Amino acid sequence: MNVILIAVIVLGAIGLVSALILYLAAKKFAVHEDERIGKVAEVLPQANCGGCGFPGCSGFAGACVKAADKGSLEGLLCPVGGQPVMEKVADILGMKAEASAPKVAVVRCNGTCESRPRIAEFDGAQSCRVQQMLGSGETACAYGCLGCGDCVAACQFDAIHMNPETGLPEVDDEKCTACGACSKACPRGVIEIRLKGLKNRRVVVLCNNKDKGAVTRKACSVGCIACQKCVKVCKFEAITVEGNLAYIDAEKCKLCRKCEDECPQNAIQAFNFPPRKPKAEAPAAEKPAAPAAAKPAAPAAEKSAANETIVPAGSSTGNVEPAKEQ
Amino acid sequence: MKPIISLSPHVHGGDSVQKNMYGVCIALVPALIASLYFFGLGSAIVLATSVAACVFFEWAITRFILGRERLTICDGSAVLTGLLLGFNLPSNLPIWIIIIGALAAIGIGKLTFGGLGCNPFNPALVGRVFLLISFPVQMTSWPLSGQMGYVDAETGATPLALMKLAIKEGDTSYLDQLPSAFDMLVGQTGGSLGEVSALCLLIGCCFMLWKKIITWHIPVSILATVFVLAGIFHLIDPSYANPVQVILSGGLMLGACFMATDYVTSPMTARGQLIYGCAIGVLTVLIRDFGSYPEGMSFAILIMNGFTPLINTYVKPKRFGEVKK
Amino acid sequence: MKTFHIGGVHPAENKLSAASPIRTAAIPKQAVFSMFQHIGAPAVPVVKKGDEVKVGTLLGEAGKGLSVPVFSSVSGKVSKVDAVLDSSGTRRMAVVVDVEGDEWLETIDRSDKLVTFKDLGTITAEEVVNRIKAAGIVGMGGATFPTGVKLMPPPGTKAEAIIVNAVECEPYLTADHRLMLEKPEQILVGIQLIKHAVNCPKAYIGIEMNKPDAIKLLTDLLKEKASQYPGIEVVPLKVKYPQGGEKQLIDAVIGRQVPAPPALPINVGAIVQNVGTVYAIYEAVTKNKPLIERIITVTGKSVAQPSNFLARIGTPMQQLIDEAGGLPADTGKIIGGGPMMGRALISLEVPVTKGSSGLLLMTEKESRRGEVSPCIRCAKCVGACPMGLEPYLLAAQARIKDWDGCEKNDVTSCIECGSCAFTCPSNRPLLDNIRIAKQTVMGIIKARHMEAIGKK
Repeated sequence: MNVILIAVIVLGAIGLVSALILYLAAKKFAVHEDERIGKVAEVLPQANCGGCGFPGCSGFAGACVKAADKGSLEGLLCPVGGQPVMEKVADILGMKAEASAPKVAVVRCNGTCESRPRIAEFDGAQSCRVQQMLGSGETACAYGCLGCGDCVAACQFDAIHMNPETGLPEVDDEKCTACGACSKACPRGVIEIRLKGLKNRRVVVLCNNKDKGAVTRKACSVGCIACQKCVKVCKFEAITVEGNLAYIDAEKCKLCRKCEDECPQNAIQAFNFPPRKPKAEAPAAEKPAAPAAAKPAAPAAEKSAANETIVPAGSSTGNVEPAKEQ
Repeated sequence: MKPIISLSPHVHGGDSVQKNMYGVCIALVPALIASLYFFGLGSAIVLATSVAACVFFEWAITRFILGRERLTICDGSAVLTGLLLGFNLPSNLPIWIIIIGALAAIGIGKLTFGGLGCNPFNPALVGRVFLLISFPVQMTSWPLSGQMGYVDAETGATPLALMKLAIKEGDTSYLDQLPSAFDMLVGQTGGSLGEVSALCLLIGCCFMLWKKIITWHIPVSILATVFVLAGIFHLIDPSYANPVQVILSGGLMLGACFMATDYVTSPMTARGQLIYGCAIGVLTVLIRDFGSYPEGMSFAILIMNGFTPLINTYVKPKRFGEVKK
Repeated sequence: MKTFHIGGVHPAENKLSAASPIRTAAIPKQAVFSMFQHIGAPAVPVVKKGDEVKVGTLLGEAGKGLSVPVFSSVSGKVSKVDAVLDSSGTRRMAVVVDVEGDEWLETIDRSDKLVTFKDLGTITAEEVVNRIKAAGIVGMGGATFPTGVKLMPPPGTKAEAIIVNAVECEPYLTADHRLMLEKPEQILVGIQLIKHAVNCPKAYIGIEMNKPDAIKLLTDLLKEKASQYPGIEVVPLKVKYPQGGEKQLIDAVIGRQVPAPPALPINVGAIVQNVGTVYAIYEAVTKNKPLIERIITVTGKSVAQPSNFLARIGTPMQQLIDEAGGLPADTGKIIGGGPMMGRALISLEVPVTKGSSGLLLMTEKESRRGEVSPCIRCAKCVGACPMGLEPYLLAAQARIKDWDGCEKNDVTSCIECGSCAFTCPSNRPLLDNIRIAKQTVMGIIKARHMEAIGKK
């Protein structure tokens, strides 16, 4: 009896002391966390993929709360949950969700092995950043794709792959969440996060070369030479030439494709349009650069046709709405 | 001409994994010859089986289980593991046990973790300890040196067993039965086939130091620690063997020069290697004198292998211009 | 024998051109003067197309901040001011001059006569520094740091030792070696000028033991004319790469270690000058000659005549190779500088610049790196690193983009000497990855610094 009593008392005392220590420790070392962080984290997909650029969903939730305190959720997007999730997040934080049109990564370089001859051979760690330290790298173009695949390594969604034939990365529009990881990984800023456009259709200057025309022409047969022809032909003032490089503003572009026909270097290309009617080929044939230029154009057209058939109806109708708002 | 471009440096010292691995193999040659001299056919059979089995498992597992195209058996690491495993076995061990040991060494010890460079524990020791625990009888009946045959060799007590007995019984008369220090140096004693001749192992060690395959830190720190610690014990209580004999007995020399210095599983910095070596020395003496096994070297090395990542994290080299705080 | 105390490697020396005297290279037909020949802000062109220039005419004035001017080394007409391919591998602003004749500015003393320190009379320290600055002199060992800036110690520091870097630890290169053999007295006068400029009584000339003739020549000269050149000492050093690194040399010669960045050599009282720079200082101060020429080694195992040239800055590399016997057919890599730290060039059009210490042509076979295999954790890189870093760890952390880890492990202390990659038995591109980490971490630190300033 006595033994039992002593045991109970001793254990009870130990328990009490421990409880006291725990209580005090909890008070003393309490980490005060904003409760909104937990609430935001609840509506996130909890995939912890890191696609948003933060370590896991709770990291993203923390960033959202911080951003909300500063007054804007701009630039924060959960690529997996997309707009619906961001609206919920905005609700919790008492903000308005930024109406963001769907975007996609676009590789602004068409310097394939054929069009952009290799003048040197790179040997070393397979990394674009390493090659970038060697100046213009394997080709004479100091602005185009380096082809070592830093973007591919950066992609969390398996949405960008190197095409071994062209030596250039290709984006899978379906999988791309426009998280921007590839764009950040590219030491030359070749990859642009661009509006997806109506029915996924885009007209893009596939060049990033800011050298003068003559220099560009030497380095690459499909580089932008800043001849201004596209600027003149565009009725919507969507094209600007800055630093010897044309740029098409996706918000202003009405997808008329006149610039594409006009470009003597074939640097402007359209994506995901239905195959062209024969009429469009005629003006291109008049240009002196046509024989060389027509070559890459043809497969591109085929490719876009193929894409068109693959694109499921659901996703393309989803893309129509924000585009109409403009 | 298409020039090759790369970042500096543009020249390489010409060192290679193969050179290092085969360098260690060459360093083992004197001890190999000694083992052939002392154990004859048995030693040849055990070593050949061990090396062949290790190389086979390395090839088979990388090719068929891991599905790698790259051939790794040429880098010499499997040959070396096979040699070291063989060195740690008695010369009358049945072939099937050796093959199991090779599988444990290469399969469990090395390739489970991703192959050369990724294994946390010394593969040869993993194999040996695996066998020691699984087949204690076969693994601890060592033939006496000078037995040329493979089967039915006469076995006898090794110096380590005698030392253990002396401590257990507190009777120094067992120590009188120990072979002389000279015999132990040359290899006139019982034990695993590669560990008997301390002299040959030392020659190999000097070769590796000369070829800059290893640095002095690990072997010297292990031997010095063992010598000092065993010396202290011997002075306090003469039933502990004298330090010279302790250093020359068992797998100590083999372990200090060849097993503990394994690149992959030893610390990266000189300071770390000294800590690692001293700890192995202390553990070895403690296990030998107070543990249930007569030999503590393999366990000591494996235990410290486990601490290597920790040592690497906390023991940094002295930075240039570092100011002592 | 003195040497630095941590790490180091022993690359094959291959000093093929050590016995060949300095030759004067022909004046090129067209010379290209990059505005980016030094560390810091680029020079700003002050000439335009069609301008007539002479040897010594100012082409580009020093930019804002850390910068130096650029002078013409030829006479003729400016053909364009435009972006031109230079040794960086990219197109950058340069002045291109079509050469006509060889007309020098009259202010430049072209005679070979030795002008001693005494001949200069009472020249002030300030005047010396000003002349060095005006001549556009930069560190000619390859770092191209503006020399004038180095000779003005920041307040609170004092130069206690001038260390002349005559180590030339890079394999193949012999330009400094030849210069010491052929212009020893000029170098000694140059050292006196530096001592005078920073008011420092003691100077050391650090020379590796693989140049015994230079050590003997300078030692004898100093013994013979002890009263004329006081306080100068030749320090023979054990051969070990990278002894020519500024920090390593200070450690080797006076046994002091410069702490991690942002500390500078002057924080331990040392000023290091390359021996080529010392010669340029002599010419600038005594002969009023701006930096328009330099010694450059053209070498390689297949080069017909490995040579040391006195070349005008702006000369295309192609011309120097032609003079050295032409481009070997089996050339695989063209390196501006030495094999350990030089830059691979994509073209031979690039001009000689102030920092071009050598031009090395490697054969196709030598050029390729070996096959990369997994790290076997042999710790040889840790043993080789002269800065006491852990290259294997930094490279691994760089690959997983653990920039915090890289910073904690002092990646910014890396001097990019290449000892780690040189020694790696697995042929791993350690330095490639460490450079990425260093670049990124420096960026992060700078951004943090800017943010801290912004908050204030």
